[in-house]
Amino acid sequence: MRAVRLSVVTAAATVAALTAVTGCAEKSDGKGDGAVQVVAKDDSCEVSKTKLPAGHVELAVQNKGSKVTEVYVLFPDDRIVAERENIGPGTKATITAEIKAGSYEIACKPGMKGHGIRQKLEISGGSAAKRSPEMDKAVAAYRTYVQDQADATLPKAKVFTDAVAAGDIEAAKKAYAESRLGWERTEPVAESFGDIDPKVDVRADGLEDGQKWTGWHRLEKALWQDKKLGAEEKALAPALQKDLLDWQKRVGTAEITPTSMANGAKELLDEVATGKVTGEEERYSHTDLIDFKANVEGAEKSYELLKPIASKNDAALSATLDKRFAELNKLLDTYRKDKTSYEFTSYEKVGKADRKDLSDAVNALAEPLSRLAAAVTK
Amino acid sequence: MSEDTQNTAGESPDPGSPATPGPGGAPSRRALLGWGGAGLALGAVAAGGAVAAVRSDDAPVPAADSGAAVPFHGAHQAGIATAVQDRLHFAAFDVTTKDRAELVALLKEWTRAAERMTAGHAVGDGAYGGLAEAPPDDTGEALGLKPSRLTLTIGFGPTLFAKGRFGLEDRRPDALVDLPKFPGDNLDAARSGGDLCVQACADDPQVAVHAIRNLARIGMGRTAIRWSQLGFGKTSSTTPGAQTPRNMMGFKDGTRNISGTDTAALDKHVWVGGKDRAGWMTGGSYLVARRIRMHIETWDRAPLQEQEDVFGRDKGEGAPVGKAKERDEPFLKAMLPTAHVRLAHPDSNAGATILRRGYSFTDGTDGLGRLDAGLFFLAYQRDTREAFVPLQRRLAAHDALNEYIQHVGSAHFAVPPGVRDKDDWWGRTLFS
Repeated sequence: MRAVRLSVVTAAATVAALTAVTGCAEKSDGKGDGAVQVVAKDDSCEVSKTKLPAGHVELAVQNKGSKVTEVYVLFPDDRIVAERENIGPGTKATITAEIKAGSYEIACKPGMKGHGIRQKLEISGGSAAKRSPEMDKAVAAYRTYVQDQADATLPKAKVFTDAVAAGDIEAAKKAYAESRLGWERTEPVAESFGDIDPKVDVRADGLEDGQKWTGWHRLEKALWQDKKLGAEEKALAPALQKDLLDWQKRVGTAEITPTSMANGAKELLDEVATGKVTGEEERYSHTDLIDFKANVEGAEKSYELLKPIASKNDAALSATLDKRFAELNKLLDTYRKDKTSYEFTSYEKVGKADRKDLSDAVNALAEPLSRLAAAVTK
Repeated sequence: MSEDTQNTAGESPDPGSPATPGPGGAPSRRALLGWGGAGLALGAVAAGGAVAAVRSDDAPVPAADSGAAVPFHGAHQAGIATAVQDRLHFAAFDVTTKDRAELVALLKEWTRAAERMTAGHAVGDGAYGGLAEAPPDDTGEALGLKPSRLTLTIGFGPTLFAKGRFGLEDRRPDALVDLPKFPGDNLDAARSGGDLCVQACADDPQVAVHAIRNLARIGMGRTAIRWSQLGFGKTSSTTPGAQTPRNMMGFKDGTRNISGTDTAALDKHVWVGGKDRAGWMTGGSYLVARRIRMHIETWDRAPLQEQEDVFGRDKGEGAPVGKAKERDEPFLKAMLPTAHVRLAHPDSNAGATILRRGYSFTDGTDGLGRLDAGLFFLAYQRDTREAFVPLQRRLAAHDALNEYIQHVGSAHFAVPPGVRDKDDWWGRTLFS
């Protein structure tokens, strides 16, 4: 659960992709008249221009208020185009982005909280980036995959939430991990909807002040640690189903580019490296290896779709990636009896030395995978 | 910089006049003279790969205040006889690939990266300015820092020669023994052994850490870090005439170390010679690394007389018992039979002599509120069977210091000869 951060990464990758693919993005010198002046105060967000041509957009932000603020450029559905956090009182910051024609909003958030003070931003003209047909093909196939995963998740999640709502602890435990597979396979895209992720996949330590703990991990704790489902937990089940339905409906609108796919694959491995190998993700159910496998499958899907492009540009890299994916999958297979099932060894039974082997195998794959985006855009 | 390095630190003869970089960022002749002379003083053999004392390709630093670069190429690896730097990052690696060709490719990549980093350059295409959508080749935390006399020294552990691994079982040198279990050892497997090691020494800890971090990153998928150790405050000196630094017990220990300029002693005790019948190791050495935890709190409660008796030196000057000056010839029989200096002295060990490069370490506290501190002991020798092993047998059995220390980590490595030039690589003599 690293919603905002990851979505920003995706946005940045999008920008980079457009730049690299078209090869004609103009760089501003950072000082010219083109910059939009944003004066952020505690109760206002003044924007010097609200109509701009498409392309390189620069916001020169001044925080004249008394609180630390953050400034966002948002898509109409609140997806983040670009953002800058922690702008202290009396300080300045610059935000840059490549923006295509369309309607956007600029939001200042004094105190870095809430909906923010918003201004419309209209971007017009310019031309959309051209992509090669094979890039379009990869993106289209990945879009289908992401939608398929969401579609397949809903009925599985329903088995889980129905069991929770019915107070059937054993049935709920049984359905828990599999209900998360589709989400885990496409996590970077799922997380890009910054408002859904904190409701469905947050862990106790990720909660912000005043945030109510909901979603899978709250129910995981009820099932495995508290070993009871009270009225409150039962009420969380339909809420989870509703949020996932929201995800299923919106996932098709996600911004996907070849570089966001490549970096998304790396991010899935990062999820494993930081949350799963340590056993933090599924600390009550110890089903970490299932999430682990799903993350790897999602990363592998992205890679496979990009491989025709990557192997042409960097054959050595794709050979390494083929090998490392195979090695990691082979290692993961030693933790399940049957290669078609998702019944993995409980992570609490995986010893320290074996966890290090898993961690080493993840690093062995993630390190070259971090070079996939460059290979794709070469 | 500590006193003992003053005349070897590679400062320009005229620090007031910065050397101008030559074409292509190469140092001027004057700058070369500055630390070329240092290379000689350091005892580094074959300063063939003279290198610019800059860390960023586009921002040459005047050699006069460059923190000096130690030549990487030579008959022996730098970092053994080289004047001891202030800081250490030592890492032991497991080789995770089963493919010999992959291991060889890694050693070549590591060599190229080590050449760049010891010269003060960033790895590969650097830490910035590359593709926006890819991570940079170099991790970047050493940008703007001086070369800081960084040396990188590689070693091969006994497990690398195991049967069925890389076809090296017949090439394991006899001297690369499995170290015996010494009385009092309490070795932690997670801090012991390793197929490979890299010793990074530098005057700036960030430069040393950067070097290990980048090698570890390049190695991912082929090697994995098994354990590592940071060290500070070198506890022995390879520079004659310098003050011997103090260990965490407050004592000077290592006064009688082999000097980095004493070629005869190095040839006799440190470098593997042609007669040693270990062909690929000629010009190399054997490294023993021991993590020695000190019981700091009980030591601090020991009376001064006991502390001095334990070492066989006085605490102030470091003079041997009954003598006035640190470097006065010790009269061993004046010391307690269990005194550390007496037991460790070559005269008590049939002449067995090692070259020490140990560092102090402090890894916070141990959960019981005790300082997790001590000595990270590094010893180089021509044949471990004739040097460290008999020496440690004697110390483990009799040393009064044993009440206050415990050996908790241990490793042994064959350190191959130096990388001769730009086409050579770490381990070529072993793998070719």
